Amino acid sequence: MATKASRSSARLMISPAVILLLGWMIIPLGMTIYFSFLRYNLLQPGATPFAGWENYYWFFTDPSFSAAMLNTLVLVGGVLTITTVGGICFALLLDRPMFGQGIIRIMVIAPFFVMPTVSGLIWKNMFMNPVNGIFGQIAAGLGLQPIDFFGQIPMASVIFIVAWMWLPFATLILLTALQSLDQEQLEAAEMDGASWVNRFWFIMLPHMARAITVVILIQTIFLLSIFAEILVTTNGGPGVATTNLTYLIYVSSLLQFDVGIGSAGGVVAIILANIVAFFLMRMIGKNLDA
Amino acid sequence: MGRIQLKQVQKAFGDVEVIPPLDLEINDGEFVVFVGPSGCGKSTLLRLIAGLEDTTSGVIEIDGADATDLPPAKRGLAMVFQSYALYPHMSVRKNIAFPMRMAKMSQEEQDKRIDAAAKALNLTDYLDRRPGQLSGGQRQRVAIGRAIVREPAAFLFDEPLSNLDAALRVGMRMEISELHKKLETTMVYVTHDQVEAMTMADKIVVLQAGVIEQVGSPLELYRTPRNLFVAGFIGSPKMNFIQGEEAAKHGAQTIGIRPEHIDVSMSGGQWQGTVGVAEHLGSDTFIHIHGIPGCDPMTVRADGEVTVSYGDTVSLTPRSDQIHKFDANGLRMS
Repeated sequence: MATKASRSSARLMISPAVILLLGWMIIPLGMTIYFSFLRYNLLQPGATPFAGWENYYWFFTDPSFSAAMLNTLVLVGGVLTITTVGGICFALLLDRPMFGQGIIRIMVIAPFFVMPTVSGLIWKNMFMNPVNGIFGQIAAGLGLQPIDFFGQIPMASVIFIVAWMWLPFATLILLTALQSLDQEQLEAAEMDGASWVNRFWFIMLPHMARAITVVILIQTIFLLSIFAEILVTTNGGPGVATTNLTYLIYVSSLLQFDVGIGSAGGVVAIILANIVAFFLMRMIGKNLDA
Repeated sequence: MGRIQLKQVQKAFGDVEVIPPLDLEINDGEFVVFVGPSGCGKSTLLRLIAGLEDTTSGVIEIDGADATDLPPAKRGLAMVFQSYALYPHMSVRKNIAFPMRMAKMSQEEQDKRIDAAAKALNLTDYLDRRPGQLSGGQRQRVAIGRAIVREPAAFLFDEPLSNLDAALRVGMRMEISELHKKLETTMVYVTHDQVEAMTMADKIVVLQAGVIEQVGSPLELYRTPRNLFVAGFIGSPKMNFIQGEEAAKHGAQTIGIRPEHIDVSMSGGQWQGTVGVAEHLGSDTFIHIHGIPGCDPMTVRADGEVTVSYGDTVSLTPRSDQIHKFDANGLRMS
């Protein structure tokens, strides 16, 4: 199959796509790095002098910066925990034969198809609004004080909404992993005297380890850049309670019109993402080979 | 102890009755082989004994105690699966230790039994490897090791050798037989291969469509098959069945004669036929002979050195004391 000619022609034919993708990545990256060293404010058009490390200095000393870093990690960690644990539970439930299995599976996967802005708005207005929302109504009906979700527990609420969106993804991947488990292994474990808990712990969970790794890796990449849900629900507030790194960059560059500081934040975000990815790969990468 | 009794055990999946009510007794220390063609219900029967399937009705007794509704782990049986069902993420040592770990056995006792099993099965050098790094035969031995360490009342084997190549199969067959002689534990073994059944069993149970056709020692089944099915299933190559005029001479609907009970000569025999394909195995030659009335082709076992070629005319003489007679219902006429 892979003759010398076919290999070089394959390389030739794939190169436009590769070059295009590379350009798409390199050009914005290069421009972000370039902008991050300029004094570049949209309110002062014309002059964009070189600023050295000044933008980075201002970004790091921004009073919201440390809060944003912490919020980013809390958001990612919280959503990962909920989706992985919840995804395993859902996968175990959906793996059982039951009536209407097909429809239930589609319903479970459905939240993934809802756009982030839409789901954020639906949760904000229809469920979590203390006056009109269902939760508020239920609380009022029971004579309890309704919770003002985005006022009292803003971070938990955002985590909840994002987790709701990503739970189907985790469930789907973990369910396929679970279905690929050889039934004879479970039967052998049953013969060996393993209770359900033991079978889960010693057979199913190790079997799913690789899928869990994939779920965590992919989700981390996407969760580091959560933005729409925060924009439509809390606007990063109250105060900076739900401002994550992405949102802080948005605030710097589009609310304060400072492209230079925003770009510096972007570079910081890229570095952070790489650090996280590196540690994740180190930590769980050994699950991927085997 | 490992005495297993099935009383009127029946199994149905929905409306489909896989195993009509059957009785079977497996004595302590016996090597019992369930044999039959694919889909005859032999694996289902084994899984019923193991407790991996629920009986629809009937009683399963192990050592005299009702075990029908006991979960698999409580029955004191160990099973070796066709796919070996080893735990891929555990080392061989952990695989073997798993049932003992589940039984919360002390670490020293575990180590002692693992070492003993590894020694008996030649696995000592492989204890720290994972199943993925082992060959088929070694995996099979690990699966057996995992069964041995529990010291079960009986071993259940579900076609354990069908994933191995021919040479390895013969070797493992011997090893399992030897293990049985050494442990003297009851073993129930499922296979579709009648050679495995003949070579290993104390008692063979021939099954067809969930029904027990005959139970007996290998030689009993070979010498006095109860019906046409057993006669055709046991023995290799298959018994020749002759119908029509030739059978009527013996007062039967069908007569059967095994290939090894027919003598070949160049002339003067009872039947004349032409040689078709001859399979030279070295030790024996299996000759397929055409043109015998009521049986085409007829298989004959001749000496390995016999030289016949395609199209030759030969004459055959059956040994008259080795002719099996069957009536219109396919049952043996004594």
